[in-house]
Amino acid sequence: MSKYYVDKFLYTTDRDPDLLERYKTEPAQYLDWWEQHLGRRLGDSDAETTSWLAFTEQERTALIAHDYVTLFELGAHFFLSLTIYIGIYNDDYEAVTGPLSFQREYRDKLMHWRGKTYPSVIC
Amino acid sequence: MATLAAVLATTHHPFYLKLTHLDPPEKRIPQAAEWKRKVEAYRETLTAANPDILVMIGADHFHQFFLDNYPQFAIGKAPRYDATYYNEIREFSLPTFVLDGHEELSQFMLEGLIDRGFDMAVSNELKLDHSIICPIITTRPDADLPVVPIYTNIFVPPLPTPQRFWDLGRAIREIIEEFPSDKRVAAIGSGHLSLELGGPRQFEEHGPDPEFDKRAIGWLAEGDIDGLLANVTRENLGTFGNATHGFLDLVTMFGIAGPIKADYVDDLDLFHTREAYITWYPNGVER
Repeated sequence: MSKYYVDKFLYTTDRDPDLLERYKTEPAQYLDWWEQHLGRRLGDSDAETTSWLAFTEQERTALIAHDYVTLFELGAHFFLSLTIYIGIYNDDYEAVTGPLSFQREYRDKLMHWRGKTYPSVIC
Repeated sequence: MATLAAVLATTHHPFYLKLTHLDPPEKRIPQAAEWKRKVEAYRETLTAANPDILVMIGADHFHQFFLDNYPQFAIGKAPRYDATYYNEIREFSLPTFVLDGHEELSQFMLEGLIDRGFDMAVSNELKLDHSIICPIITTRPDADLPVVPIYTNIFVPPLPTPQRFWDLGRAIREIIEEFPSDKRVAAIGSGHLSLELGGPRQFEEHGPDPEFDKRAIGWLAEGDIDGLLANVTRENLGTFGNATHGFLDLVTMFGIAGPIKADYVDDLDLFHTREAYITWYPNGVER
């Protein structure tokens, strides 16, 4: 398991509107590209890379499915996860079911965690 | 020496501008007018202090700082600071700013904090996010004063202890009052009461823990640091809501003010959060 790598994916993707659009519309292809490029990059240059970071299959599957419930349960950082999926889904939900409807659905899908100790976000 | 003109501890609600100004009146939430009135009244507590420089405490929300290198405490030292990230414009409709810095006070603050045991990270190219821009919008919308930004870690556990956030405030107070200048310095910090983000208690009718909110406002209003430190630990903060650690930035503001009663206390119960607006005048203020 690599919480850090999942968080790195969420962080680097949400910083760039073009990357976010690719993750929204073609998540599997985007994830493959990301692993070969941004995922390996250390800092801001392709000249310096990290060799050993990798996703588990469960993490890859969850990221491709935009499955924020599984990501929460794996310990992805709650702020990064909420922010990126709001970026992907908020406008579409708002147009159909009104303001904050995506955020409420997000909450409700996590309701089985209410009253329990949440998974740790420590990497 | 410089004068500490006022200390402001405020929640930051990134939707304030959108919900009270940008949305057309017929689309605004029912509390929009009351919220605007309360914010404008709070703004007067800063205006009355007649500040020349703003020391601003906040937290980077994974904008410039990430988990490859996340500082516990950091200070900006730059002549100017760009502000507002693309995803904050996208989500909150926040405007961009370019704020003037005050490099002399930044350097004095950095050295003073290191002398007092706070080995700060320093950034000479810092883009500010909504933890600082929200209070600019609410308390100084003209954005006409130079700032000294100080960031704390409220997101990446293990965080510094609540005692440490208080001690940071005490140190900042000493350094402001030793700054060789005739300027009036106001300190403004933003954070949260109980808050849930990305969890099963987010976006409900009230904040996730109204009882915590009531007690938290009480500790700040009454100057009760002993009560606060007896009841708030870095371990239990998450039980009040998984993002309640933003309260620690209000503890730093309390530390700058010291263990005294607040001069101005207001709050507002909103969907998802309770807002708090607190001001201390440790050296008094002319009304």
